[in-house]
Amino acid sequence: MTTVTSTAMSTPAGRAGAVSTVAELLSRLGLPSGGRGPAWLTQARHQSAEWATMRGFPTLKDEDWRYTRLGPLLDVPFERAEAGADHRISSSTIDALTIDAESTRLVFINGFFAPELSSITAVPDGVTVTNLASVLAEGGADLEPFFARPFSEFDHAFTALNTCLFEDGAFIHLPADAHVTVPIELVYLSEAQGSPVVSTPHSLILAGPGSRVAVIETYAGTSGDTTCTNAVTQVVLEEGAQVEHFKIQGEPDAAFHLALLDVRQGPDTRFSSGSVALGSKIARNEVRVRLEGEGAGVSIDGLYLPRGDQHHDNPVLIEHAAPRCTSRQLYKGIADECGHGVFNGHIIVWPGAEGTDASQTNKNLLLSDHAEIDTRPRLEIFTDDVKCTHGAAVGALDEEALFYLRSRGVPHEAARALLTYAFAREVMDLIPFASLRAHVNTLIAGRLVTEEGAGGTPR
Amino acid sequence: MMLQIENLHAQIGDNEILRGVNLEVAAGEVHAIMGPNGSGKSTLANVLAGHEAYDITGRVLFEGGDLLALSPEDRAAAGVFLAFQHPVEIPGVGNLYFLRTALNSVRRQRGLDELDVMGFLALARERMKLVEMDESFMSRSVNEGFSGGEKKRNEILQMTILEPKLAILDETDSGLDIDALRIVAGGVNAMRGPDRAMVVITHHQRLLDYIVPDQVHVMAGGRIVRSGDKRLALELEVHGYADLVQETVADRPAPVGATP
Repeated sequence: MTTVTSTAMSTPAGRAGAVSTVAELLSRLGLPSGGRGPAWLTQARHQSAEWATMRGFPTLKDEDWRYTRLGPLLDVPFERAEAGADHRISSSTIDALTIDAESTRLVFINGFFAPELSSITAVPDGVTVTNLASVLAEGGADLEPFFARPFSEFDHAFTALNTCLFEDGAFIHLPADAHVTVPIELVYLSEAQGSPVVSTPHSLILAGPGSRVAVIETYAGTSGDTTCTNAVTQVVLEEGAQVEHFKIQGEPDAAFHLALLDVRQGPDTRFSSGSVALGSKIARNEVRVRLEGEGAGVSIDGLYLPRGDQHHDNPVLIEHAAPRCTSRQLYKGIADECGHGVFNGHIIVWPGAEGTDASQTNKNLLLSDHAEIDTRPRLEIFTDDVKCTHGAAVGALDEEALFYLRSRGVPHEAARALLTYAFAREVMDLIPFASLRAHVNTLIAGRLVTEEGAGGTPR
Repeated sequence: MMLQIENLHAQIGDNEILRGVNLEVAAGEVHAIMGPNGSGKSTLANVLAGHEAYDITGRVLFEGGDLLALSPEDRAAAGVFLAFQHPVEIPGVGNLYFLRTALNSVRRQRGLDELDVMGFLALARERMKLVEMDESFMSRSVNEGFSGGEKKRNEILQMTILEPKLAILDETDSGLDIDALRIVAGGVNAMRGPDRAMVVITHHQRLLDYIVPDQVHVMAGGRIVRSGDKRLALELEVHGYADLVQETVADRPAPVGATP
């Protein structure tokens, strides 16, 4: 079956442009034209559209969506983003988001590659760093397995919708033993095109045996614009590969952000990912890691700082599917004003994964009586001989520490900012690159340190 | 008069801890306050520094102004300093950054230029010598993993950097061995001067061998029950507090939980 059967439903009564079903949304957005890309991709798009239509949008009844209300998103009359439309992104915007001027940088606007804003510096022989659409345009036969997955592997409609709708994204491929020493920066920018738009980037990072690379993804947008990003980044590590990943989610407060980082690790691989969530009205930063080869190790760290009426949801699934793998998670949330933070950490140790060593820590700071944190650690263990630890905590600032700082002359607001920064610092200290650490530090300090407490970043 | 405390009462809930404290401290003087556990000594120190846990009545004038109306940070800027009995550990906040932020906050309030990192380091190095602190302390988090003695030395270091007019030392000697005591006392004595007053809270006459007070007060049951010169401390060393406490507070229920 390769056609979508029920896309012709009319817009229901209610707010103009609001959608209540996947079919309505697809009808509004339409699939990319069949002429682009290989036949297997066209088929995969149709199949995933069909799956998403049947499955429907997630609801609060879905285990992994119980804290994220999609109503505000579905109420927005989103349109499909147009390629090459005049954009308002200047090179100074890109400069402000640049972490290391020497690095290779791919810029995407509303999910379309923007070569005029990108810069590809020299990479080692055999390494490919380009946009996905250019690879698919040449056939991309090797890529079929990454898109034509069994439907059971989709977690929810948005992942399937990404397969239906994506136009472009980054493509990074490292042959065996290739090392890229400077982190590659992927910058995804969103901006409205007269009306709110959906962008659907899909990036692939394929690390061959023994290869090493670092990738930093930055999501940003034009202030005040209502946009929706539904992004998927797939990372595949073959035996002995090492990949360091970081994500900065800093879209404007009116934006919506739904993203999946999907990672598959072979034997003796090392993957680390950190993230900092600052932006969007609703942001869901999902991470799924499958440890498929013996002796693989992963660490996933995150900071989320919802304030105003922001909602930051962090679903993390780590599957131990091979013996003697290790996983470590450290997520910290700082919720202010009416901000709502969610950590939903799920570890599954499948039969046969002996010698698993898994740890998960989630700590949260509530800075306001109206802020809310939900933390949900889940462990499912189907093997003996495993070591799993988890801990979760929610608390307020230490009043005695606050008094101590104030008694030394530090103004109240600055003292709060200093203690809040200190809380976040544990995660920042894990960032592997000095330039990235400094960049994130500036973002966090800018968020926390008030005018009154100005006087340089707290380092 | 630098500090005038008049009929100061403080309570947490129904528990009245200070029951009418009166005390005057002039610039240039060192006053020792002694007394048994639970007599209200630490509460007095916390109230003067601006701890917000207490319901307070009475009057405290600092250089003629209403001290109780000021926030803790404004008291610090005005020149009040409390060396804590139990300095809090603050993971993630570097000692250097903390001390420079504190000093610059106070300097800004006092209308002085802020110190840059190099200027601050030069000052800090000089003051660290006074308390025999190693420079490695500066790169550690505030008090985190410090030994008891290191924490107390860090308190005195902060005092020497912030240069308060009124320093209140709450049991700075407790838990110190004799070498640490000598170092801490050396730091305190270096700060003595005609424009600076100190209130030294202690259990032990021993500290007063190093920091010789102008006046000694005994607190019991939330009030100052006796005052005298340094000989009073020696008398207490011999006879203890028992007689004093019984004769003054026999008519009241014993206060409990004097430390917040």
